[in-house]
Amino acid sequence: MNVTGRQRFGFSAYAGLVLLIFYFPVFCITAASLSKKRYFSFPFPASDLTLKWYHDALVSPQVSQYVGVSLRVALLTTVLSVIIGFFGALAYARYAWRGRRAFQRLVLLPLFFPQSVLGLALLMWFNFLDITPSWITAVLAHTVWIAPITTLIMSIQAYSFDNSLEEAARDMGATNGQILRWITIPLLTPGMVSAGCFAILLSWGNFALSLFTTGADSTLPEWLYARMTSGYQPIIPAVGTLSVLLAIALVFLVVGILSLRRRNAAKPAASTP
Amino acid sequence: MNTLFQNRTEPEEGEHAVIEEPHAGGDSARGIHVFARLRRRMQTCSAAAGEDGQHGHGMLCALPFGVLMLFGFIVPLLCVIAFGLMPSHTFSLLHHMPTLENYRVIFTQSYVFSMMKSTVLAILTVFLLLLICYPLAFALAKVFRGGATFVTYAIASSLFVSENIRLFGWVIGLMKGGVLGGLLAKMGLPVDSFLYNVPVILVGMVYVYLPFMLFPLALGLQMVPQEVREAAYDMGANRWQVFRMIDLPLSLPGIMIGSILVFVLSIGALAEAKILGGQKIVTIAAEIETAFTFGQNWPLGSALATLLIALTMVLVFGALKKVDFESLLGRKAEGQS
Repeated sequence: MNVTGRQRFGFSAYAGLVLLIFYFPVFCITAASLSKKRYFSFPFPASDLTLKWYHDALVSPQVSQYVGVSLRVALLTTVLSVIIGFFGALAYARYAWRGRRAFQRLVLLPLFFPQSVLGLALLMWFNFLDITPSWITAVLAHTVWIAPITTLIMSIQAYSFDNSLEEAARDMGATNGQILRWITIPLLTPGMVSAGCFAILLSWGNFALSLFTTGADSTLPEWLYARMTSGYQPIIPAVGTLSVLLAIALVFLVVGILSLRRRNAAKPAASTP
Repeated sequence: MNTLFQNRTEPEEGEHAVIEEPHAGGDSARGIHVFARLRRRMQTCSAAAGEDGQHGHGMLCALPFGVLMLFGFIVPLLCVIAFGLMPSHTFSLLHHMPTLENYRVIFTQSYVFSMMKSTVLAILTVFLLLLICYPLAFALAKVFRGGATFVTYAIASSLFVSENIRLFGWVIGLMKGGVLGGLLAKMGLPVDSFLYNVPVILVGMVYVYLPFMLFPLALGLQMVPQEVREAAYDMGANRWQVFRMIDLPLSLPGIMIGSILVFVLSIGALAEAKILGGQKIVTIAAEIETAFTFGQNWPLGSALATLLIALTMVLVFGALKKVDFESLLGRKAEGQS
């Protein structure tokens, strides 16, 4: 179908409207975080604009403690899910083996599952094993949910994998370890980077799994939730806005790095016929 | 080829001797024949699996993930099911006889209604999202060029912000004297809070789960070949006919994945009803959480969770059987199968 200019305009207007509504809550949070008043009301005069709450959020020892827990959980989850997902993607997409179809179903299962129930199930399992929940058990919970996602992301890359490169290396006498180190890992690196970004961001923002599995520790989303339902302070929208900005910045950073790498990789390939 | 042939004949002779010992005459001859056929079958099997030990590599690579799923997903779920069969207010799986008492409580008290309310909310969410996302997904897949990347990143980046922060944005926007209310009051339309009713819960769910519908739909629509659509137009089909007879059936995998994903996520939704809905509607997830926290009744919560798991699993297994995830992830159609 050749789309006419008017149709294209209609679709663009619709997309703009959806994005506008989609970003309405982000606008609201930002507005609330910039208002001087303890009890937010809109619209407020320009004289009420302040960055005080951001300052408070950045120096608050309480906030940085929760940020610390969230970061630890996110980083460890990312490392685990990228490693597990790397091999998972090879099993998913690269090798033809007998259990493959069942394995592909297994990868999807945790994604098509209510997170709150998964969190509860893990809590009871930890209780059964006499393990006291802490941020480490939260890492396990996050990994169960995020490793399938990293596996799928890296599978996309693994499907376009050129098997003959590995075979050539093997013919020339490379060991399995050498092939992994010099062929497989470099070829899947772009997939690993985007999978890692997904992992760190999804773990950072997760609430449903953390709620049940962190025990006495508390992540940033949990603390925000507790303060939202009781004891509102303008520092809460400030922290919320910061975390939105952080997510957007990280996405753009990674997109930038990946497209830069692609451009660099394309250059030598283009010069040699 | 040559080595393969030798491999096949040599062991056959070896087996010959072994089998001939106990049996006699034609019986052993048939035994050898069957054995040779079996051996040939096994060899073609392993040849199909790849001569460089692909099967072994695949198993080995699947192992870490498999172990994680076994101890982080499957066994915990069994644990929930087992707890659902314990007498109420017990905290241990041992020393108790299994009972169906919790299920009797669920089906004779108001829990059934929570289950139904959650199901209706989830179905409504799916329906609304299909309506909202289909045109947008169509634009992403077929109309926009550079703009598609921008819209995709703009919506995908929301996935990384905790959903309760984003829902809280709606609270600030819709509360009394909030952004929308304040603006309307300025225009001379004083309104009370928009919060704490059923439509606003629905708004929250539609908002939170929009990416989970949009991206599968866009993927599905991308799989519709442009040539087929153009051919239909050339043969005089109108827009509605192309939609009904080409776009819709060919993008069905995406539609199914999106719908199932949104249904499953929204039936287990906890935060939307709590943050936006006050206590107007008690969803099944909220009932489960209450049973575990205030109620201190783990077996009841587990039985409720088991019902939720059963409902989602039936749907997911039914739908996933029909969808080819390999082609969705971009596997080349020819060659590896």
